[in-house]
Amino acid sequence: MDIHEYQAKEILSGYGIKIAEGGLAYSPEDAVQRAREIGGHIWAVKAQIHSGARGKAGGIKICKTHDEVEAAATYLLGKRLVTHQTGPAGKVCGRLYVEAGTEIAKELYFCLLVDRSSERIVMVGSAQGGMDIEELARTNPEAITKIVIKPSVGLQDYQAREMAFKLGLDAEVISHAVKTINGCYKALRALDVSMLEINPLVVTKSNELIALDAKMSFDDNALFRQLKISELRDKSQEDPREMAAADRGLSYVGLDGDIGCMINGAGLAMATMDMIKLAGGEPANFLDVGGGASAERTEKAFRLVLADKNVKAMLVNIFAGINRCDWIAEGVVQAVRKIDMQVPLIVRLSGTNVEEGRKIIAESGLPIITADTLAEAAEKAVQARNEVVAKEAAGA
Amino acid sequence: MAILINETTRIIVQGFTGKIGSFHAQDMINYGSNVVGGVTPGKGGQTHLGLPVFNTAREAVKQVGAEASIIFVPPAFAADSIMEAADAGIKYCVAITDGIPTQDMMTVKNFLRRFPANERMVLTGPNCAGTISPGRSMLGIMPGHIYMQGNVGIVGRSGTLGYEAADQMKRLGIGISSSVGIGGDPINGSSHRDILEKFENDPETKVVLMIGEIGGPQEVEAGLYAQAHMSKPVVAYIAGLTAPEGRRMGHAGAIISSAGESAAEKVALLREMGVTICPTPAAMGETVAAVLAGL
Repeated sequence: MDIHEYQAKEILSGYGIKIAEGGLAYSPEDAVQRAREIGGHIWAVKAQIHSGARGKAGGIKICKTHDEVEAAATYLLGKRLVTHQTGPAGKVCGRLYVEAGTEIAKELYFCLLVDRSSERIVMVGSAQGGMDIEELARTNPEAITKIVIKPSVGLQDYQAREMAFKLGLDAEVISHAVKTINGCYKALRALDVSMLEINPLVVTKSNELIALDAKMSFDDNALFRQLKISELRDKSQEDPREMAAADRGLSYVGLDGDIGCMINGAGLAMATMDMIKLAGGEPANFLDVGGGASAERTEKAFRLVLADKNVKAMLVNIFAGINRCDWIAEGVVQAVRKIDMQVPLIVRLSGTNVEEGRKIIAESGLPIITADTLAEAAEKAVQARNEVVAKEAAGA
Repeated sequence: MAILINETTRIIVQGFTGKIGSFHAQDMINYGSNVVGGVTPGKGGQTHLGLPVFNTAREAVKQVGAEASIIFVPPAFAADSIMEAADAGIKYCVAITDGIPTQDMMTVKNFLRRFPANERMVLTGPNCAGTISPGRSMLGIMPGHIYMQGNVGIVGRSGTLGYEAADQMKRLGIGISSSVGIGGDPINGSSHRDILEKFENDPETKVVLMIGEIGGPQEVEAGLYAQAHMSKPVVAYIAGLTAPEGRRMGHAGAIISSAGESAAEKVALLREMGVTICPTPAAMGETVAAVLAGL
């Protein structure tokens, strides 16, 4: 789960990380009020969306008067911002963070993450802050320092110092940098953070170390014990279909293609989508219905897939292990009868009680296209999709 | 031979008396697995499915000589149960539980490293379907009947895609020595490489099928191991050709978050390392058959 910059900053501030003074605004009036409260002559009005690279997308405005703050807020609120992290659909800005201007002397990069490769915590830093770290890793990998932290003993001060010196900090800010890094580590461990990124971490002209931006992602599996963090969820930043799926215990990812999919198991789902692609089609979604695909769950999954109006054909591929094909077949038949299906349906069942399952489909009298193998299922789905598209073209 | 488990392996079930634990314990018993008891704290001394229940894994090891365990404990408590098994002297543990916090798994891995290598419990999973040595023993939640006994080893992240592979192979009359699910989580007990090493050392296994997916470095690490240390051919399929960058595809670990983690990149690297790639997921059986025929 991701949270907003202002939320991350509030958390980090509690761990001793210095941030610029700022406040949250939901309207242009709010924004001006926040600027007044902060005082000074320069403010940053920052769109709160779950994405990095907001500056490049025009989501951060530097303002010198209250009128400029109001204009920036009016422009940003409700605006759809597209960054390389949001995908082409972008994300709509519903909240602003108004922050006191900072006089920047130096921009640094700092990140802490749970690293799956070393199975430990890794601290990443670079004196070249403000830019995309993946880009930096490609063009100038030597500019990046990585330090592995053993969770059993935790972060040691010498490691934080080593990082601070690699960041090119002056002797007088080293102790503050150590405190900042320690605070970040404590937050990561205490709150089940999977990634904490401060980009940029800046040295101000008055030689202070400030987190100018902050991004935190949390381990979804740990939210059950991080109730305060779960409350920070902003559903407006998430795909509504994916949210609806998650609420129903289904795992769904919307894609750009037009062949809807319902599969049990994440691996088989990915493989089926690959097979669709190899057969010349494009999947409309990833959908794992999980182990206990009951009739009710099957119907919900169907509705979810068909809610995507791009879908021109739907493929069901179930390998029944604990499940039984006859139960799944009954679920599919019930779902199709309940829902007014406008697109062709291709069903492939395999595993436990497969014969009984196929019989139920065959005897249902419904226009369901069946397939025995994965390859056949994908080919039939692509063919059915092509026929629908051809018919639509002929009609138009 | 087979790897990790065989007909004599003495198995306990952690989370034995719960609904899921009971269901799968019975299924394993029906398959012929040598289940000797289970652990449910607070229910020690009772009998469940005709077998003794213990309060702790240590008692189970002491009293019924448990060697392997399977974990059906809920996510919040699963890491603790895994460490309990390791400390009790269990040799092999399968963690079925889906949803264990990543930092808990980091703690588990760290805990396991404290044991000298020869005394360290082997862990596979979490978030996996388990391990089966067809015809001998099943320590998992898979449908046992789809696996034929034979000479091909399978290691994979996914449950149902592993079933698909076993099914394709059975249709072609190809059997399996052992099939091991390593799970879909970012930090897991054993990697693809760890299991390849076990298959390399198993005289019964002739060919290994590795079923990987997007995300993480493990498939490529396994390829490097195969290239440098294996005499047996490795066949691979990597799922997730159509997966967009930065999106989690069901499994907590199935996400392309940096260079080299996409299916296309992994396939290209594995091919260079001499691994035979299945052109499609529908051709896992045929590809293995062709490699077997060439031996």
